[in-house]
Amino acid sequence: MRIVVCLKPVPDTAARIKVHKDGTRVDPEGVKFVLGPYDARTIAKAIELRGAAGGGNEVVAISAGAASGEAEAKKRIKDALALGADRGVFIADPTPENRDPLATAKALAAAIKGLDGFDLVFCGRQAVDDQALSVGPMLATLLGVPCVTDAVGMEVQGSTARVRRAAEGRTEVVEVQLPAVITGQRDLADEQYPKLKEILAAGKKPIADFKFDWPATPAYHVVSLSPPPEPIAGKIVGKGPEAVPELFKLLQSEAKVLTF
Amino acid sequence: MKILVIAEHRGGKFKKGALECIAQATRLGGEVVALVIGGPDAKAGAASLGKQGAARVLAATADWLERFNGDAYARIAADVVKAEKPDAVLLAATLDGKDVAPRLAAHLDVGYAPDCTKVEAEGGRLKLVRPLYAGKAYATVKLNSSPQLVSIRPNSYPLLEQEKGDAAVSDVALSISAADVRSKVVEVEAAKTEKADLSEAEIIVSGGRGLKGPENFPLLEEFAKEIGATVGASRAVVDAGWRPHGDQVGQTGKTVAPNLYFAIGISGAIQHLAGMSTSKVIVAVNKDADAPIFKVASYGIVGDLFEVVPKMTEEVRKLKKG
Amino acid sequence: MSDFRGVDFFQLDDLLSDEERAIRDSTREFVDRELIDNRRIEECHRHGEFPRDLALKMGEQGYLGPTIEGYGCLGLNQVTYGLIMQELERGDSGVRSFCSVQSSLCMYPIYTFGSDEQKQRWLPGMAKGELIGCFGLSEPDHGSDPSGMETKATPDGKGGWVLNGTKRWITNGSIADLAIVWAKTPDGIRGFIVPTKTPGFSAPLIEGKFSLRASVTSELIMEDCHVGPDALLPGTVVPEGLKSPLMCLTQARYGIVWGVVGSMMAVFDEALRYTQQRTQFDRPLAGFQLVQEKLVWMHTELTKAQLVSLRLGRLKDQGKCKPHHVSFGKRNNCWAAREVAKLGRELLGANGVCDEYQVMRHLMNIESVYTYEGTHDIHTLVLGQHLTGHAAFRG
Repeated sequence: MRIVVCLKPVPDTAARIKVHKDGTRVDPEGVKFVLGPYDARTIAKAIELRGAAGGGNEVVAISAGAASGEAEAKKRIKDALALGADRGVFIADPTPENRDPLATAKALAAAIKGLDGFDLVFCGRQAVDDQALSVGPMLATLLGVPCVTDAVGMEVQGSTARVRRAAEGRTEVVEVQLPAVITGQRDLADEQYPKLKEILAAGKKPIADFKFDWPATPAYHVVSLSPPPEPIAGKIVGKGPEAVPELFKLLQSEAKVLTF
Repeated sequence: MKILVIAEHRGGKFKKGALECIAQATRLGGEVVALVIGGPDAKAGAASLGKQGAARVLAATADWLERFNGDAYARIAADVVKAEKPDAVLLAATLDGKDVAPRLAAHLDVGYAPDCTKVEAEGGRLKLVRPLYAGKAYATVKLNSSPQLVSIRPNSYPLLEQEKGDAAVSDVALSISAADVRSKVVEVEAAKTEKADLSEAEIIVSGGRGLKGPENFPLLEEFAKEIGATVGASRAVVDAGWRPHGDQVGQTGKTVAPNLYFAIGISGAIQHLAGMSTSKVIVAVNKDADAPIFKVASYGIVGDLFEVVPKMTEEVRKLKKG
Repeated sequence: MSDFRGVDFFQLDDLLSDEERAIRDSTREFVDRELIDNRRIEECHRHGEFPRDLALKMGEQGYLGPTIEGYGCLGLNQVTYGLIMQELERGDSGVRSFCSVQSSLCMYPIYTFGSDEQKQRWLPGMAKGELIGCFGLSEPDHGSDPSGMETKATPDGKGGWVLNGTKRWITNGSIADLAIVWAKTPDGIRGFIVPTKTPGFSAPLIEGKFSLRASVTSELIMEDCHVGPDALLPGTVVPEGLKSPLMCLTQARYGIVWGVVGSMMAVFDEALRYTQQRTQFDRPLAGFQLVQEKLVWMHTELTKAQLVSLRLGRLKDQGKCKPHHVSFGKRNNCWAAREVAKLGRELLGANGVCDEYQVMRHLMNIESVYTYEGTHDIHTLVLGQHLTGHAAFRG
């Protein structure tokens, strides 16, 4: 089984996000890039499904040009190799600013088509930076294979995967024919950290460069980026149970944290 | 501007987020067309989408479409978009909406702006605002392709103040059949059986010494279940043995940053604040108006939690019924 | 992933290789998961227990004897070894001490002074954490001046040895499977590998410590403890006296130079968060000048200590590191860590004395680290000798 894991270096969630002085992107100065928490889990799942490497069983980690730059992206591929992936593919992007998910999905699709077939492609459900939740389903559509999003568990039997999908207010069990694209939720697997000898071994695993002709104009572009609005000033809504309806009105319309 | 809204529903009952999309599309001006995809029952209430301003409703229904299927829904939507040629396509940024929209973007080869909190018209195009980095930055974005595909975060826009009349519903011929669908939902569990882990929960309801004893925690659990939250606890109640250690939020417990944190009967010692003060929105319920928790709370209710919490449970039930 | 992100004012990360950084990050995650997030270290400290199972996990990770080539060890460079020590001590000095003793004071002498048979017999099990070692040099009456040691090894006439004497302040003693014991032979001081189940060998625990409570400290008592010819470390040279054990100590002290940087990071990180969070007089503590002065002082000393340890590590990797360089690092960094822990404790007010926070544990631990492997004053005299040519500690 060949399993592809798509990765994106993302700013550490504890990082302070500052808007770059050009006003359209985050200032990368001082931002530490890490493997996204969802990506880390899909890698763990991919390694588990692969079982022992060799004999046509391999996990390929792919990353397509990112705002973090090539060096960072290759480091994150190395992280995946240390966690057990067998080889890496990097797709350089000379102009990563304002790159939209569809273009990224196209690049990944081209690189994956360049492999000698595949059984499964994993993406994290979302990147924690631009939170588009888009690349996985787009990639599946471009590859012409089915996609299950938000997987919280899965098993593979023969050429069928049985995936548990966390949907709103329900969990679906979805059967899907391989090859397929799966986007992983946090519950898909436990995040692992590498042992030292795995880190040393990762240094010797290959990372290939794949060349892709990126579209000249993005389909989506950021006009400006701004800091978030001031947080809601704390207030006492009222006294006793009578204040409850007003509280929920504020949670819905002002804080916008409820989905019902 | 002609706008197509893909209106999400569950068994013919439309999601509030879908109605908000239609309402906002109406405010943007121009013709608003709604698309409903689902089982035969989806058509029953479809005419009511006119109340929020849909001029007409297209219904793509079949028995095999009763259960949500992102692959099929996106392909059907793509066909409708190609036929209708709208300037923009809107849908609610729910989990299902976020599953369908990117596939649709790929089918149509257009840009997609996910999870927008602002959708406005500017020079005949849409100007969109969406939060990034978990709300640490807001991007104003534009789409260069047509139609402009946008999902809108629920609760971003109100419904119309003045409802309009019902819309005409017409059927759409399906270009695909059940056999074309490559993934199949074989089982649906009503709700998540496993609760999200505290450190990953989007909503947390934590209880403190104000609950007076372990026997009163079911009060919180009931509220948590209703609102879809994970239950946490302060160190005081964990040390007292009322709750297991794994539930503890704070300096020596878990550090959490959910979207919404309810501190119930928790005074707000610094050890507790260390574990939860970066939550996006904090609601405090405490009978002591001077409790330090109110200093970090976005919203506070001063009162007896034994009266307030049951009322909150009731309110959530009411709101969920819509 | 925890929210501890290290402290790196001068972008020292840029001076590390990808591999060094990746190993540092992985060790950081190990410490978060195995010691901090699950409150394990708090429990161990409170109850005075060494987390024995952790030895196996550390072996599995590759933390034991990491600079050794072969025998199941990874052959890492000295900077990487230092980074591992730093991260372990960010968790707890006692846990780092276990690792230092196992790696630098036991595996290192077996690797450096041992025969092929001894290496084969002991090193693979020690690398896995299945076998634990301890190092017996200090004695009840001979601490800073080990040359006066009273422990004797007498030839038994058949090639073996009979050991008699008492060692004290021995980390890992009561849980060890083997002890590296230094004893006076008729020819001078030599090293022995003594299996702890040898008749006549016992290792009672030293009770009542207020420091390094998560690590075991013992006495080693040898009463007519009879070992075979295979116990002698053949490479421990006579008549150069203490050269061999001092080589071991230089290794271990090097690890301490890095380790205490970890302790400082933990304390500074906690103090910074606390003072930003806690409000008094309607202002965060961090907004007061007196608090800022303390934070800046802590941060400055921490940053200087980082620069020292990294430079020392690079020198060591180039084979240019001398014992007086290590004395400089041990002296400066332990002193700084002790002062930083004190200020950190102070900044946390009353909360700082409870084990819910880490500062007090680090403050208590650092008293041992300041004292063992050559006290601050002894290293002062070593440096004094280096600068002046006069050995102030000799009569």
